[in-house]
Amino acid sequence: MNKKPQLQDRFLTLLVYGSVISVSWVLFLVLFDICVTGGGSLNLEFLFSEPTSAGRTGGIAPILMSTLFILLITMMVSLPLGLGSAILLSEFSSEEKLFGRLVRRSLDVLAGVPSICFGLFGNAFFCKRLGLGFSILSGGLTLACMVLPILIRSTEEGFRSVPKEYRLSAAALGLSRISTLWHLLLPAAIPGFLVGFVLGVGRALAETAALIFTSGYVDRFPRSLMDSGRALSIHIYDLSMNISGGDENAYRSAFVLVVLLLVINFSASWVSERWLKRKIVLS
Amino acid sequence: MPLLKTNSSSLWQSDKLLAVTLKSCGVATGLIVFLIIGFLIAEAIPVLKTTGISRFFTDPGWYPSSNQFNLTPMLWGSLYAMVGSVLLATPLGIFSAVFCHYYAPPLVAKIYRMFIQLLSGIPSVVYGFWGLVVLVPKINEIAPPGTSLLAGILILAIMILPTIMLTADASLSNVPAQYLRGAAALGLSRSATIRGVVFPAARSGLFTGVILETGRAIGETMAILMVCGNIVKTPTSLFEPMRTLTANIALEMAYAMGNHRSALFVSGVVLMLFIISLVVIAEIISSKAVYE
Repeated sequence: MNKKPQLQDRFLTLLVYGSVISVSWVLFLVLFDICVTGGGSLNLEFLFSEPTSAGRTGGIAPILMSTLFILLITMMVSLPLGLGSAILLSEFSSEEKLFGRLVRRSLDVLAGVPSICFGLFGNAFFCKRLGLGFSILSGGLTLACMVLPILIRSTEEGFRSVPKEYRLSAAALGLSRISTLWHLLLPAAIPGFLVGFVLGVGRALAETAALIFTSGYVDRFPRSLMDSGRALSIHIYDLSMNISGGDENAYRSAFVLVVLLLVINFSASWVSERWLKRKIVLS
Repeated sequence: MPLLKTNSSSLWQSDKLLAVTLKSCGVATGLIVFLIIGFLIAEAIPVLKTTGISRFFTDPGWYPSSNQFNLTPMLWGSLYAMVGSVLLATPLGIFSAVFCHYYAPPLVAKIYRMFIQLLSGIPSVVYGFWGLVVLVPKINEIAPPGTSLLAGILILAIMILPTIMLTADASLSNVPAQYLRGAAALGLSRSATIRGVVFPAARSGLFTGVILETGRAIGETMAILMVCGNIVKTPTSLFEPMRTLTANIALEMAYAMGNHRSALFVSGVVLMLFIISLVVIAEIISSKAVYE
């Protein structure tokens, strides 16, 4: 045996462990900083009071409410559209057919569109063309366009995990397609749909750039969906960039946002581990 | 192959209704991309008509109020940040995936994967904020002002790392097991197996990962806006502040009117063109047969 391969082996091992350690170290630094500085000084009052002096003091109650409304609109619009498209793509069209392929490709592009372009589009289309102005409605609709690809992809995944035999047996029994869908496929595909829903909420919650010039900056309690409302992520941006002395509250808001997203992402992976996997084993 | 087909005849009236409903959902979602491209172009046309494309490269500078729209400093800014972060994140991400597959015990690999997924869920504004309050002051100690191309590259690299790591991870797990058994039977060392067998076999997946992360890097807005200083000037060193195309849009859109607003939409169109070409490249790479 010559020594060279051993040396190469060591070198690669060093590289691999080096990268892993540095990556985990950075992740740890970010999370630790946000949790300790932001979480350490968090109290319930912060969540339930209104911001004062442009957010330097006070809480984030109206901002949480605006965020919730934006999310509600996003999901109310994107869920039916996404579910319909996912059913169409997974059950009613094949790779060879032009229509399905076109829809799929355009969704691929949609998934890659930078969020700032969604912002530009939302501003031009929803705010200006449809005349919705800077409003929670415009922001929610813009985000709905953005989460569709994620939603459709994991819902499709859910439908794919339904065994072929279900469809064959249903066809053999002479069931209509709509009852096959309603009684067999939909219940079986719910976990995938749920994962898509949760991931979509996560993506929408994390979004900032698409909301700056669609839902706006106003940090009061929104009176209606046509009111401008500030999302949590925009609040963090505004506090850290435009307001001097806003860092403390920015930390707290960042902590709240990170915790929300962690809960959301973990529940998504929990659902997919629990249900998606089991379905495949059962078949 | 789906078993339910719209073109085969069905006895049920309700099925026709269902088909129509689903088709319209599909059409609506498929049209969104075209709507986006259409609106970006429509809003970009006024300035293109009055000034033409070449002025975006030849004007003395970016002074939108006096009708000068030179985008080159921002183009370079975006390009530098993208290339830097991709160069930094790609090896880290690929080695992380290699770690999960060939080095770590299953439990550690699972925990590490979860860690990375967690990293991918953190919003860009939080990274930007962290960069602004922690990273920028550190860089400021080395070379002021701190808000710089370097800060942008580092933050971007952290943000796109999960993309490359998770795609590399998926493509490594698709390497056929008999390749590895073959390599083991030949007595290849671990590094030789990884270099000579695993990487070539997973090549197309790894490339796709790089393309995906490039797309994320060029489109990222908030984090880079918060740590880069946003001065309109082509950076000449890592420690100089700069502005990217995306940051430019986010900063000026709020008050832009007329030709200025239109010029921002031009940069939006540029970004879209870039993303579309990346998607096409990814499509070509991943459509080639990989594992025989």
